Amino acid sequence: MEILVCVKRVPDSAENEISVGSDGTDIQRDDLTYGVNEWDNYAVEEAIQITERLGGNVTVVSVGDGDTEEVVRREMAMGAGQGLLLTDPAFEGSDGLGLARILQAAVKKGAYDLVLTGAQADDGAAQVGGMLAALLDWPYASLVNKIEVQEGSLVIGREIEGGAQEFSDIETPCVLSIQTGINEPRYVGLRGIRKVASVEIPVLTASALGLDPATVGAQGAKVRRIDYFVPPAGAGADMLKGSTADLAQQLFELLKAKGGLK
Amino acid sequence: MKIFALITHKDGVADDSALELAAAASALFPGSAPIALLTGSGSTLESACKDVAASYGEVWKFDAEALAYPNAELTRPLLLKALPAGSVVLMAHTTFGMDLGPGLSVKLGAAYVPDVVGAEGLEGTSLKVVRSEFSGQVSAHVHADVAAGAVVTVRSGAFRPDESRDKAGQVVDRSADAAGLASRRRFRSVVQAEAGDIDITREDVLVSVGRGIGEQENLELVKDLAEAMGAAVACSRPIVDAKWLEKPRQVGTSGQTVKPKVYLALGISGSFQHLGGLKGNPFIVAVNTNPKAPIFQVASVGIVADLLELVPALTEKINKAK
Repeated sequence: MEILVCVKRVPDSAENEISVGSDGTDIQRDDLTYGVNEWDNYAVEEAIQITERLGGNVTVVSVGDGDTEEVVRREMAMGAGQGLLLTDPAFEGSDGLGLARILQAAVKKGAYDLVLTGAQADDGAAQVGGMLAALLDWPYASLVNKIEVQEGSLVIGREIEGGAQEFSDIETPCVLSIQTGINEPRYVGLRGIRKVASVEIPVLTASALGLDPATVGAQGAKVRRIDYFVPPAGAGADMLKGSTADLAQQLFELLKAKGGLK
Repeated sequence: MKIFALITHKDGVADDSALELAAAASALFPGSAPIALLTGSGSTLESACKDVAASYGEVWKFDAEALAYPNAELTRPLLLKALPAGSVVLMAHTTFGMDLGPGLSVKLGAAYVPDVVGAEGLEGTSLKVVRSEFSGQVSAHVHADVAAGAVVTVRSGAFRPDESRDKAGQVVDRSADAAGLASRRRFRSVVQAEAGDIDITREDVLVSVGRGIGEQENLELVKDLAEAMGAAVACSRPIVDAKWLEKPRQVGTSGQTVKPKVYLALGISGSFQHLGGLKGNPFIVAVNTNPKAPIFQVASVGIVADLLELVPALTEKINKAK
């Protein structure tokens, strides 16, 4: 099975406090640590597990610049044979549809049976996979947390509300967005990264992809983020302060008063 | 510009989102008279349409055997056929909305505006909305060009439901558009989450742990605290993803909906998916190292502290007082 996995380089929001930059047009990006979008890591792991069972190849693709190459390489180190970097100044400012168009062009350059994305990324839009499927006119399923490969089709489970799992048959080629928890992504050590350090990652520009620059990037975007701002504070929590012993004492009394101790 | 609201329903009753979408339509497109869209089959669809007709001036009903279970891969071609060019479609940002919306926007040639939490008005064909990014740590103003229509998904709870129910809307049978639908994805079955040894939905006091706990071995500190308090242990999604605790202990839209009196959130950032599973206005105590964590917006009491120090200190305090 030939599998393409789309990944995104994002600020690691579990490790960082995200705040609004001084002019409001972006978040404060100094001192942020970056990594692969958490959902995408599960998608890469799933692709690798499928090819380990059934044969085939995994290609990791990302839209971005030189910094993004590092993320592609890290995901290749998990066991993906190929990487692909889609880079062009014309791609800057793309909305979800612009990114889907760029990825569609990359999909058409290959002969893939399956395209995986993460279910969502840092902006929480959860949109690129579904748009890509529609552009390709392939079937789509979101929030997939189980894949079983059959002849010409897959049995998939989707995570739906309340922790229930919705099973369907889906024909290949198709696009699936992958939910966290579908597997346990393998650890990538320095050795693994060193092994793929010299593997060449082809870089494709808009013209190499046969893309009209007017359909992608800021020019082609129907949806634009104008600024970031600090969410309006609600009543907010009553913040307790003090030494650990003080805090424990205060909490103890509060919990007792509110019926939190039995 | 015609505005539609796609309404999901269960057992003949419209989902709560029906009233929220009516409110969102008024906020996003002032003065609009949204038309409700319902798909399904038979008597449950019939009664859901009647239910919704109290809140919408017009209801379009699409009845087909194939639509008995909501399948986004069938709903998409159906709407493409049924909706006039340039339509705006609102739907809830649920697992169904996420499945349907992005592709629908592409097929309609419309803008996709996902997970909207606020409205800032419509200027010509520029729709101005508020979204939330980075798990709720920052918000963003987003403008969308809706000249060719839009697909908008709305976050649950973001718009106060319009409860007036004074519409007596007309139900229009549009089932002819639903004839002969086919898709390359076929529904098999839904498997409910297996019940575990514990039912956290019945507990009054929950000690809930999130990613901030860091290492699996640190969970022991949390279990010790819960035992001292006489409380049950719950958790947020990353703990289940890591297989450190079992799924029935997960609070959130993709886990359990709980209604405790006291909720102690330890190292939980407070994503809207997590908070979506927390009902009944509990007394929430949040402990997190990140002072910007959204959980502090909803908590009654907050502490910026290291769990590994505070939790054992609290456990000791409680045990000594016994």
